[in-house]
Amino acid sequence: MAEIVIRNVRKEFGSFTAVQSSSFKVEDGEFFMLLGPSGCGKTTTLRMIAGLELPTSGEILIGGEDVARKPASQRDIAFVFQMFALYPHLNVRKNIAYPLVSQGMSRAEVRRKVEEAARILGIEDILDRPVGGLSGGDRQRVALGRAIVRDPACFLMDEPLGALDAEFRERMAEELRALHDRMGATTIYVTHDQLEAMQMGDKIVVMNHGVIEQFGAPQDIYDKPATLFVAEFIGSPPMNFLRFHGALPPGATQATLHHVPLGLPALREAFEGDMVYGIRPEHVRLSDAAPYRGEVLATEYLGTTQVVTLATANGEVKARIPADQPARVGESVGLDFDGRTTTVFDARSGRALRSALNEGVLHG
Amino acid sequence: MSFSITDPSPRQKAVAGALVIAYALITMLPLIWIVSTGFKSSADSIAYPPKIAFEPSLEGYVNLFTAQTRQTPEYLAENPPQTWYEEIVHEKGMVIAGPSRFGERFLNSVIIGFGSTFLSVFLGTLAAYAFSRYRIPLKDDLLFFILSTRMMPPIAVAIPIFLMFRNLGLSDTHLGMILLYTAVNLSLSVWLLKGFIDEIPREYEEAALIDGYTRFQAFRKVVLPQAATGIAATAIFCLIFSWNEYAFAVLLTSGTAQTAPPFIPTIIGVGGQDWPAVAAGATLFLLPVMVFTILLRKHLLRGITFGAVRK
Ligand SMILES: Nc1ncnc2c1ncn2[C@@H]1O[C@H](COP(=O)(O)OP(=O)(O)OP(=O)(O)O)[C@@H](O)[C@H]1O
Ligand SMILES: [Mg+2]
Repeated sequence: MAEIVIRNVRKEFGSFTAVQSSSFKVEDGEFFMLLGPSGCGKTTTLRMIAGLELPTSGEILIGGEDVARKPASQRDIAFVFQMFALYPHLNVRKNIAYPLVSQGMSRAEVRRKVEEAARILGIEDILDRPVGGLSGGDRQRVALGRAIVRDPACFLMDEPLGALDAEFRERMAEELRALHDRMGATTIYVTHDQLEAMQMGDKIVVMNHGVIEQFGAPQDIYDKPATLFVAEFIGSPPMNFLRFHGALPPGATQATLHHVPLGLPALREAFEGDMVYGIRPEHVRLSDAAPYRGEVLATEYLGTTQVVTLATANGEVKARIPADQPARVGESVGLDFDGRTTTVFDARSGRALRSALNEGVLHG
Repeated sequence: MSFSITDPSPRQKAVAGALVIAYALITMLPLIWIVSTGFKSSADSIAYPPKIAFEPSLEGYVNLFTAQTRQTPEYLAENPPQTWYEEIVHEKGMVIAGPSRFGERFLNSVIIGFGSTFLSVFLGTLAAYAFSRYRIPLKDDLLFFILSTRMMPPIAVAIPIFLMFRNLGLSDTHLGMILLYTAVNLSLSVWLLKGFIDEIPREYEEAALIDGYTRFQAFRKVVLPQAATGIAATAIFCLIFSWNEYAFAVLLTSGTAQTAPPFIPTIIGVGGQDWPAVAAGATLFLLPVMVFTILLRKHLLRGITFGAVRK
């Protein structure tokens, strides 16, 4: 068990920078998600932590020790690959035993440990099968078995559910999380699926183009996005962005959009220029009395709720409202925004302005 | 005539079968000719029209393996034949003076063929692994250069190699022939094996690295077993080339290191070419590659279709 600290780590492939100077900290025993779109440098970051890739610069500390220049075999980590990387020429038992054999452990001890790992994962009955004919879920469990059998300081998992079909993913995700809670080992988990990250993670790092956009608890990242990218990447449907131009003094609690004042959490900084008023769909209500108007473009029924798409003077807005509330296409309705939940962004840089809402969360 | 993509009619099947059998017969005719000639007597072997039914004889094989001298009838009468093969020789008025050179030449073929195959596959595997896994400056140019050594006909470089070998003292040595065939086969071996190793996901080795193995251990325990198919296929191709190679063998070997291909046609009998002996030599010469290929056949079939199907 160990905490992992990434300090100013950077990775270049020739002239291409895959990971810009990045820093974050994974607490001991945490289930930590590395989230971002394809090609943003998640795998590269994880591989640097594992020792499969040397960082161009920066420090990686596992349990307080700088391991950035150490080979993978000396880092006491376990890695679960997206395609599982089970050795196809060995059976399940030998696959799980493989990391122990390299440590020169006695045969009886290896047997005991392999069986213990198999019991934890519920795969005792397939131990002597070749890995070739296994189902996706069983392969996944064998790959996990190979990881847990060593009692490593931490687990690194690169989209471990990526190769499974949707139905099975959810079950494995639960199993994984339960396994983590039982073992309490520090885990870094890479995914491009924001839902998976929100459901499973204690903490999330959101990356984009090799840059860390934000890191924190799922709730904080959802409610208090640090950048436009995070606000858009997380949540489905994503946050609404209403573009406007103006000047806001520090302490402002209102912004005027299309001649209507809309509420904000008190700003902690001044800003003048193009801005974005960001609000989650569930914080938009339809109310006939509200002065800010929109026209219903479409409705999408989702069981208990519905998502209504509206055209407004500042762009399209989606509202998540109860399914039984009437909303007819073509109708003009008033929109009521819950001002306590809004984030205002600098439209050019995408940065969130500091406010009473997010001041404890933003860094840098 | 109509074509169906479903089951062919019995007539279509019969026609197809007949065509295949006819084609097989045509391609196998030379082989059948050689094998059967090996069991004919000298007279039968040059009979015209060729005899299909003939009395089998081991004369060709005996001639192939023995050196013989003519003797006077008195000597022959005083020394009756002791064994079945002495008797065959006796009937022609000759005695066995000792073993022929065929055994030696055959052994040379085995040493040079398998030696160079081993070396090409061994070096090829290491080189292919490096080309596949490491960032090598000018990698593509190097690979092309390696392939380009295959582009010229071997005979074009025969004279320079002949002179080189003479100066280095490699003419007519096993080492020289092994090196030469290895050099020729290496390009094929590197290219084929690189294809196979490229197909093995790196994650396997990386998993082994994380599991605490060194890079070389990961190579030996993870990559090699999975490349076995490709290695077998490559070995067969290399062996077939070096085993059958004729042009360089004629030019560069004449005695100690002479391989079977240049030797077999020089088997001269008494009073003309000894065709049964030549055919017997050719038949025996076919066997090792056939056995080797059959042993590795499963790998070979999987091997040559391996790169064709991408996941
Ligand atoms: N060995 C390499 N050489 C050159 N470029 C590389 C190398 N490995 C990764 N890259 C590049 O670095 C960038 C980040 O890659 P990385 O694999 O870390 O992305 P990712 O976030 O894991 O994406 P995905 O979700 O598709 O797996 C990509 O643009 C990729 O092309
Ligand atoms: Mg990746």
